[in-house]
Amino acid sequence: MKSYILAAAVPTLVALCVFSPALAVDGEPYIHDPSTVIQCDGKFYVFGTGGGGLISDDGWTWHSGAVRPGGGVAPDVIHIADRYYMSYARGGGGLAGGHASGVHVMWSKTLDPKSPDFGFQDDTIVASSDGIEDCDAIDPAFLLDPTDGRLWLSYGTYFGYIRLVELDPKTGKRIAGNQPVNIAIDMEATAMMYRDGWYYLLGTHGTCCDGANSTYNIRVARSRKVTGPYLDNMGIDTLKGGGKLFAGASGRFAGLGHFGQLDLGDGVQKFSCHYEADLDRSGRSVLDIRPLLWKDGWPVAGDNFQEGTYEIQSERKGYALELAVDFVRMDRGGRGGFRAPAGPVTPIPVQELSQVAPNWPAGNLDIRLGDYLFRPHQKWTVTPVANAGGYPGSPYFKIAIAGTDRTLAATADGEVVAVPAFTGSPEQLWRIDQLTDGTYRIMPKSVPDSKEPMALTAVGGSTPTLARFDPRSDKARWDFRKP
Amino acid sequence: MNTLRKTAMPGMGVVAVLAFQVFSAAPGSAAPAAAPEDAARSIAPYFTPATPSPKAPDTDGFLQRWLLLEPINKPNRTNTVFTDTYVRNAMNTEYFPNQFTVIPHNGDKVTVGGQELAWHALDSANWNVKLFRFAYGLNKPTYGVLFWAVTVVNSPREIQNVRLAAGSNSASMWWLNGKEAVDLFGDRRMVMDDCVSKRLTLHKGKNVIRGAVINGPGLSDFCVRFIDENGDPVKDITLSLENTGK
Repeated sequence: MKSYILAAAVPTLVALCVFSPALAVDGEPYIHDPSTVIQCDGKFYVFGTGGGGLISDDGWTWHSGAVRPGGGVAPDVIHIADRYYMSYARGGGGLAGGHASGVHVMWSKTLDPKSPDFGFQDDTIVASSDGIEDCDAIDPAFLLDPTDGRLWLSYGTYFGYIRLVELDPKTGKRIAGNQPVNIAIDMEATAMMYRDGWYYLLGTHGTCCDGANSTYNIRVARSRKVTGPYLDNMGIDTLKGGGKLFAGASGRFAGLGHFGQLDLGDGVQKFSCHYEADLDRSGRSVLDIRPLLWKDGWPVAGDNFQEGTYEIQSERKGYALELAVDFVRMDRGGRGGFRAPAGPVTPIPVQELSQVAPNWPAGNLDIRLGDYLFRPHQKWTVTPVANAGGYPGSPYFKIAIAGTDRTLAATADGEVVAVPAFTGSPEQLWRIDQLTDGTYRIMPKSVPDSKEPMALTAVGGSTPTLARFDPRSDKARWDFRKP
Repeated sequence: MNTLRKTAMPGMGVVAVLAFQVFSAAPGSAAPAAAPEDAARSIAPYFTPATPSPKAPDTDGFLQRWLLLEPINKPNRTNTVFTDTYVRNAMNTEYFPNQFTVIPHNGDKVTVGGQELAWHALDSANWNVKLFRFAYGLNKPTYGVLFWAVTVVNSPREIQNVRLAAGSNSASMWWLNGKEAVDLFGDRRMVMDDCVSKRLTLHKGKNVIRGAVINGPGLSDFCVRFIDENGDPVKDITLSLENTGK
C-alpha cells in the first residue's frame, strides 16, 4: 500500500516518517495482456484482454474507462496518420484446449470514447491459425518500420511459431499475397522495435496466468532484417529457443510480460508491461511502466526511481549538488604524516548534520555544485509525493537535504534554491526520468510563471540552473549515487 | 512448458472463456475456421521412417534419428509440479521391462498400465524432435504424458571431453551408455543447449543415448546434440537403429 508523504503543508516529522515500497503505477491499474501504452489527445491509453482498458491523464494514475470492442485477447495499438489501428485476437491461446484463432485489425480516429470521432470500424482478420498448424494466432503486435514506413504484425504463442505478416499502413489490412514468416518458437506476447539498424524481437518465455507462481519473463533477440533471423546475445536463433533476458520477476512482482515501447522523446524511453501478480495488490495482474535503457546495442529494463538518500552528481564535471553553505572541516585523521602509523587503527566519525545545520542561514539557500565529500549539505533524500500526480511510471518526488525539510525548488527566474520547508507546491515537485544511458533527467513539475518544461542543468561546472533539456549534452544528465 | 496460454489456472481459464462467450457475437468479425479435428492425422511432415543407412547429425550437430515410444499416460494439470524430486522419481519408475537397458526395434510393443504402446524408429524432419506432433499424429494423448526415446550413436573413434547438450519441453532426463548424463528439471521450454552434461567420453563404436521427457499441458519436444570443449557441435558421428525394419 502506498504511503507517500502528503502533498500539503504537513509537519516535517510526519513527512519523514513515511516509506514507500516500489510500486507499479498508481490508481486501479488492473489489466492482463496490455497493449502498448499510447497517447491520444493528451491522455494515455492501454488496452487489455477481454475488452476495454485503462486511461490516465499523466501516465502515473490509471483508471478503467478505455473502450475496445471485439473482446478477445491481448490487443495492440498503433497510431499511423489519422488512425489508431487496434489489433486483437479471438479464439486460440489454448482456451478450452483450442489453438484456432483469428487476428483482427480495426481502426478509429480517436481512442477517446467520449469523442464524436470515436468508433472502431473495418474489423478484418489479417492472420489466423486453424488449430492444428504450428501456430496459435493470438498476441498481435505492430511494428511501423521507421526506415521505410512498412507495417508489420507479429503474433503467436508457445504453440508453434511466432509469425510475422505485413500489413498496409494505409488500411491495416494484410498486403495481398504476403506470406507469414516464422521468426521464433516457444515465445508469446511478442513485440518489436527498431533502433540503430537493428530490429528487436521481444517476447515472453515462461508461464503466465498462475499468479505469484507465474514465471513469465521477457526475452529479446535482434536482427538486421525485420524478417530475421533473430539472434540473442549468444548467437542463438529465436527459432531454436534463443532469447536474452530483458526483464523478469523482481521485488514483489512476479510474471513480467507483454512488452510495449513508449518513446517520450529527448532520450527518454519507457516500456510498459504487466506483472502477473503484484504481491502488494492481492496478487492481481497490474500494469507498470519502467525506464527502457540501452547498453551495447541491447535494451535493458530499468527500474523506476527508488526513494532514498543520495549524492546527486552532475555528469558534466562530476560535481555534487549541494547547499551553498560554508564548508566545515572535520577531523582530518591520518595523523603521523607520511611516517609509519603508530597506535591502534580506529574509525573516524563522519560529519553529522547536527554539527553544521544550526549554523546554516535561515530562509532560502542557493544551490551549487562541488566536490563530493559526503557532508550533510551534499546528501539529498528523495521521497515520492502522494496525490500530486506523476508522469509515465512514477509519481513526483520531493528532494530535500537529508534530515531536514530544506527542499529543492524551482524559482520564477529559472534557478534552483533550497526552500526552508516543503509545501507540496508544483515548483517543489520533481520528475526524475532515467535516460536511455542510465543517467537521469531531473525536472520540476512546473516553474513559476512559466509553461516551458525545464530541466536541472549544470550551466557551469559548479553552477546549476534550469534550462530546456538538451539530450545531446551531459549538462542536464545526473547520477544518483549512494552517499 | 505450458503452452496453454490461459488455462494454467482453472479460475483464469473460466474467466477468459466466459469473456469469449460474451463477445462471440460481436459484429463484423468472422469467427476463425474450426479446427479440422476430423482430418486424418499423420506424423508427416514432422517424421519419416528411419532408414537402415547411417544418418549423420544435421549441420548444427542435432541428432534427428530416434526410437520413440508412444506416450505413457502421466496426468498433470500443471507443469509446476516438475520439481527435481518429482521428475527423478517419475523417470526412475519402471514402466516396462528392461526400461534402462533395452534397445528396442521398430514396432516392438510394451504394456504400461494396461496400455499397449509401440516403439517407432523415426527420422525427425526438423532439428528438434516434436513429440507433441508424434503423439498427435498417432492419435495418442498429447498432454499429461511421458515419452521415452532411444538412439544409437556410432563414433569412429573415442572422443573425450564431449558434452551432451539437451533442451526439452518440459522436464527430461538423459542417459549415455547407462549413466545419467544431464537432467532438465522444472517447467522448461525447449532451448538448444539449455542444459549440458559434464565432460563425457564417446566410445569408439556404439553408444546408447536414452531419454525421457515429461509434460503436462504443453507442446512436448526435445533437441539433443554433442558439443566439444569449444562448444562446437560434434558431427563426425552417425546414428543407426539396428534392425529398424523388423
